[in-house]
Amino acid sequence: MTYLDDDLLPISALQHYLFCPRQCALIHLEQVWAENHLTMEGLLLHERADSPTHETRPRDAGGSVRVERALPIRSLELGLIGKADIVEFHHAGRSQQSGVSPAAPRIIPVEYKRGKPKANDCDRVQLCAQAMCLEEMCATEVTEGALFYGTRRRRTDVVFDDDLRRRTTQTIDALRAMIQKRVTPAAVRTKACDKCSLIDLCLPDVTSGQRSVSRFISRQLASHLQDDKLDA
Amino acid sequence: MKRHLNTLFVTTEGSYLAKDGAAVQVRFEKKTLLRVPLHNLDGIVCFGRVGFSSQLAAACAEAGVSISLMSPHGRFRAAVVGFSPGNVLLRRQQYRAADDAEATARIARNCITGKIANCRSVLLRAARDVREEDRAGRLKLAAKQLAPILRRVAKADDADTVRGYEGESASKYFASFGDLTSVNAFQMNNRSRRPPLDPINALLSFLYAMLAHDARSACEACGLDAAVGFLHRDRPGRPGCALDLMEEFRPVLADRLAFSLINRKQVSSKGFEVTSSGAVRMDDKTRKTVLTAYQTRKQDTIEHPFLGEKTTMGLLIHLQARLLARHLRGDLDEYPAFIWK
Repeated sequence: MTYLDDDLLPISALQHYLFCPRQCALIHLEQVWAENHLTMEGLLLHERADSPTHETRPRDAGGSVRVERALPIRSLELGLIGKADIVEFHHAGRSQQSGVSPAAPRIIPVEYKRGKPKANDCDRVQLCAQAMCLEEMCATEVTEGALFYGTRRRRTDVVFDDDLRRRTTQTIDALRAMIQKRVTPAAVRTKACDKCSLIDLCLPDVTSGQRSVSRFISRQLASHLQDDKLDA
Repeated sequence: MKRHLNTLFVTTEGSYLAKDGAAVQVRFEKKTLLRVPLHNLDGIVCFGRVGFSSQLAAACAEAGVSISLMSPHGRFRAAVVGFSPGNVLLRRQQYRAADDAEATARIARNCITGKIANCRSVLLRAARDVREEDRAGRLKLAAKQLAPILRRVAKADDADTVRGYEGESASKYFASFGDLTSVNAFQMNNRSRRPPLDPINALLSFLYAMLAHDARSACEACGLDAAVGFLHRDRPGRPGCALDLMEEFRPVLADRLAFSLINRKQVSSKGFEVTSSGAVRMDDKTRKTVLTAYQTRKQDTIEHPFLGEKTTMGLLIHLQARLLARHLRGDLDEYPAFIWK
């Protein structure tokens, strides 16, 4: 099945979904957003990578690398749309080329992240989704990419193996199911909430399902009406 | 968290507001009086004949700063706001709840439960501060008379019943206003609104208008449709949801403030003029005093009873709007009204 333009979901939502399905719903269903210092740092880090530019650098053996920044990508198969921070198109040198037509370039997506590599694979899933979009658009295989973490200032290579691809399509399916149901999942209070910029919109301490407002109102009223009972 | 930002009140008629980089410039007779960066503001409220440029209007809409145009006496006329937050699912849920008798009753009931409880708190607090024993006694008695209505409204399961109790409690509450101050010029005969016919009514109407303005911004800021209320039925031009949210704040933010301004002699009857129609108007100086006191009151910190977090009086109404939104989206079983003690 292929999706229509209107049904495309943003690739960034995959990462939100893996961080917290409720955060993802708040952003993509309820369209709320709040910045905190972490999101601002991410924004600054992306500033350079976000301006659409490209350059071509020569490589050894006559090859060259074309570097595209802020490249728009999409996949109608997966129903995703987004922007890749950096995509490198490695063209082989003349000595490696066979025949008249030049070989398809090797494509390597690179994503910038603030901070350090995360415990879960949300960054890898996001990158893999970008790779799958590029495969569809460029009609070629994309076998590896890289993540560039702000604090490490070093590339971490990512191989798009079957496991990661499966994990990526599962996440896409779960995300789409949630968006189609239009239900914001209940909050689950975890340590991660303290880092989330949406904590004050999500209110996990009171919306995680354990607090009853009707009991709260009764309690408040009872204590409010205490004086009245005393006088009576 | 919505940050605590300032509201710029422009009370000088004939002034002109222009965009100056990322700031608003207040000009009067070709002189620049003031320059405020937009990121320090959440609203600009203009009283009477105040002009502004279209560039400023667009910049404000984009920065999430609302510009409200009020009559010289604080009646809302128009607003410049940007696109509403995109939460269409919340709005639909709000409309469904407003069409559903049971859901409407539950929200209206909690708003009025909060309001009557807060009215009682205003009376009981005043009773503690009053030296004359008979006045204190009457205030306590009035609070006592509100208790059974409060108990009944908390159990009401239909919106008209809630409206009935609200009317009953309001007339008892307003009847005790005479005991909230011993200053003769500020005795209230009747609640008169359009127009206010005595100084206390003029003062209250003005504060209610400011509060309604804040409640409206709070609705807009969290994606609620300010026009669709539960307790207040739809009427074109009336911000029903904002008025619903406002109920629990009237006693706390407006009534109590009005009486402390009077009792501390920060406003006096000289600051009010009676027009030939009998309508009473505040003069510019009084209006400024009231606005300053209102802004200062909003900076007071308080612990939110339901959230258990420290916040300010000014942000409280934003938190309540957000809690209403979370209730409508199914995260909370009821709307937790703000009950002040």
